[in-house]
Amino acid sequence: MEIIKAEHLTKYYGDFLAVNDISFSVNKGEIFGFLGPNGAGKTTTIRMLTGILNPSSGRIEVFGMDMKKHKIEIRERTGIVPEMANPYIDLTAMRNLRLMGRLYGMKRREIEERSLELLKLFNLYEKKDTKVRGFSKGMKQRLSLAMAMLPDPELLFLDEPTSGLDVMSARLIKKIIREEQKRGKTIFMNTHNMQDANELCNRVAIINHGKLIAIDTPEKIKEIGAKSNVIEFSLSPFKFKEGIVEGRVEILGDKVKVYTGEVDETIKKIVNYAERENLKIVSLNVEKPSLEDVFMALVGEKNE
Amino acid sequence: MSKLSQFSRSLAIVKKDMLIFYLKGPVVIMGLLFPFFLFGAFLIGRDLSHAYLFVALIAMTAFFTSTAVGPTIIPWEARSKTFERLISSPISITTVLFGDMQASFYFGIIITSFISLTAIFLGIGVNLLIFIPVVVLALLTFSAMTILMSSYPPTDVPADVMMLSSLVKFTLLFISGIFVPLEKLPWYARAVSAISPLTYMVDALRYSVSMHGYFPLWLDLIAMLFFSLIFFFSGVVIHKRVLEKRFT
Ligand SMILES: Nc1ncnc2c1ncn2[C@@H]1O[C@H](COP(=O)(O)OP(=O)(O)O)[C@@H](O)[C@H]1O
Ligand SMILES: [Mg+2]
Repeated sequence: MEIIKAEHLTKYYGDFLAVNDISFSVNKGEIFGFLGPNGAGKTTTIRMLTGILNPSSGRIEVFGMDMKKHKIEIRERTGIVPEMANPYIDLTAMRNLRLMGRLYGMKRREIEERSLELLKLFNLYEKKDTKVRGFSKGMKQRLSLAMAMLPDPELLFLDEPTSGLDVMSARLIKKIIREEQKRGKTIFMNTHNMQDANELCNRVAIINHGKLIAIDTPEKIKEIGAKSNVIEFSLSPFKFKEGIVEGRVEILGDKVKVYTGEVDETIKKIVNYAERENLKIVSLNVEKPSLEDVFMALVGEKNE
Repeated sequence: MSKLSQFSRSLAIVKKDMLIFYLKGPVVIMGLLFPFFLFGAFLIGRDLSHAYLFVALIAMTAFFTSTAVGPTIIPWEARSKTFERLISSPISITTVLFGDMQASFYFGIIITSFISLTAIFLGIGVNLLIFIPVVVLALLTFSAMTILMSSYPPTDVPADVMMLSSLVKFTLLFISGIFVPLEKLPWYARAVSAISPLTYMVDALRYSVSMHGYFPLWLDLIAMLFFSLIFFFSGVVIHKRVLEKRFT
C-alpha cells in the first residue's frame, strides 16, 4: 500500500529551481531513504511532503489524501523531525513533550504516560525536568525524535536524523528507527550519509541538483553501479594524469581510483602506461563498488 | 479538523508563550515599568483631574503590556528553529498566530486589571459596564496589532522587529489624545489621530469615568472591532505569504 505518493513535484525559490519534477512513492512499512549531497533539495522535498511549503507544481498524496485539502488530518497521523529541529531550550524536556502532546490533541494522561515511556527509551529520563538549554546536540536530537513519536504516528519524516551526532546518540536513534519499522511504521528519511542509508533503508532515492537520478533498494543501486567497478592502484614514483584511461578518475595522494565497466581494457592500459613511463606498480585492486562509490559515480561529485 | 480542537490547541501555544516569553525580566520591565515611567513624566508639573490621569494610566498600561512581547515571538521562533516544528504539527498557521495573540491579550488583561485598582485609591467612580468591554476590546485590538507587526519584514532578528514596533508604538502614543485631548488639537492632527486604534480606546475610556468623549461611544467600539479584525487577518495573510522566507 502506498503511504506517500509524489507526482511531478517541483519547487522554485524565486527563479531558482530547487526541486525539479520528481515523482516517487513510499510503501507502508518501508524505511525510505532520500539520499543526496548538501543543497540537493532534500529538505525542500520533505517540507513539501509535510505541507510546510507548497510545491510550485505537482501533487502530493499521503494516506491516500490530497495534501492541499487535508493537511491537518494528514499531520495528525504523522510525526516530523525537521532539519536542525530544536526543542524549546527554555522549557524542560517534559514540558516540550507536553506541548507536542497538546498540539496533537492528546489526552493529559496519555501524554504523561507516553512521555515517560519515551524519555526512558531515549535515555533522557533523568533529565526530564531539566531545561533543554544545557542539553548536548545528541540529547536535543533524541528529545526531538521523542517529540515526533509522542502521538505514536504511523508515518515519520526525519530530516538528517543522525547528522553531526555523537556515536552513541546516532546508534540509539538508528536502533529506534528500526524498532519503529518492526512495529509497522513507515519512515521517510533524508540523509547525506551513505552508510546510514545502506544500514537502514529498504529503498533509496538518490537526488542531486533537485533531480531524482536513481530509486531502488540499496542492493539494486549497487548493481546499477556494478558495471562500474573500482580499480584502485598506486604507482612509484607517482605520476598519473586523467585521460590515460577511460572512465571517471579520482586521484587521492599517490592512489588512483578509476570507475569503469571495462576492467580488462583499463588494467591493460594502466600496465602499458607504467611500462612506457618506467613506473613501478605498487598495488592494484579491483573492487565491487560500495553504495558510496555508486553514489559518486551517479552524482559525479564529492559528497560532504 | 474542528474549530474547537484548533482552539484548544491554540491554548497550548498560549501556555508555551507564557512560560517562555512572559516570565522573563526584560519583558516585565518593558511591559510594566516603562509605562509607569512614562506616566510619571507625564504627571510632572501638571494639575490634572484624577479621572483624566486614570484614563491615561489605563490606556498606556493596556497598550504597552499587550504589545510588549507579541511582535518578537515569531522572529524569535524562526531564529531558534522552533518555528518549523511548531507549524509542522497538526495546527494551522492561523491557530499559531491566534495563540500568540491570545498570549498578548491575557498578559494585558492580567496587568491592566491589576492597575485598574488604582481607581479605588484615586477615588474615581468607574462605570464597569463601559470600562470592561472597552478594555477587553482595546486589548484585543493591540494584541492583533502585534500579529501584523511580526509579519513583515520576515526577519529572524527579534531586535529588528523590536525597533520597528517601538517606533510605531511611540508614534501612536503621541497621536492618540492621551497627552492632549482630541478636541484641543487642530483639525489636521485630529485627522492623524483617527488612524490610531489607541485614540478610540482613550476616547471610550473617558465615557467610563463620566467625562465627555470626542467621538460617540458606539463609534469608538466599532472602530476598535474593525481595527482588530483588520490587524489579525491581514497579519495572517502576510505571515502565510512570507513563510518561505523564514526558512533560509
Ligand atoms: N527558503 C529558501 N529560499 C531560497 N533558496 C532556498 C531556500 N531553501 C533552500 N534553498 C536552496 O535550495 C536548494 C536546496 O536546498 P535544500 O532543500 O535545503 O537542500 P538539502 O536539504 O538537500 O541540503 C539549495 O541550493 C538552497 O540554497
Ligand atoms: Mg537539508
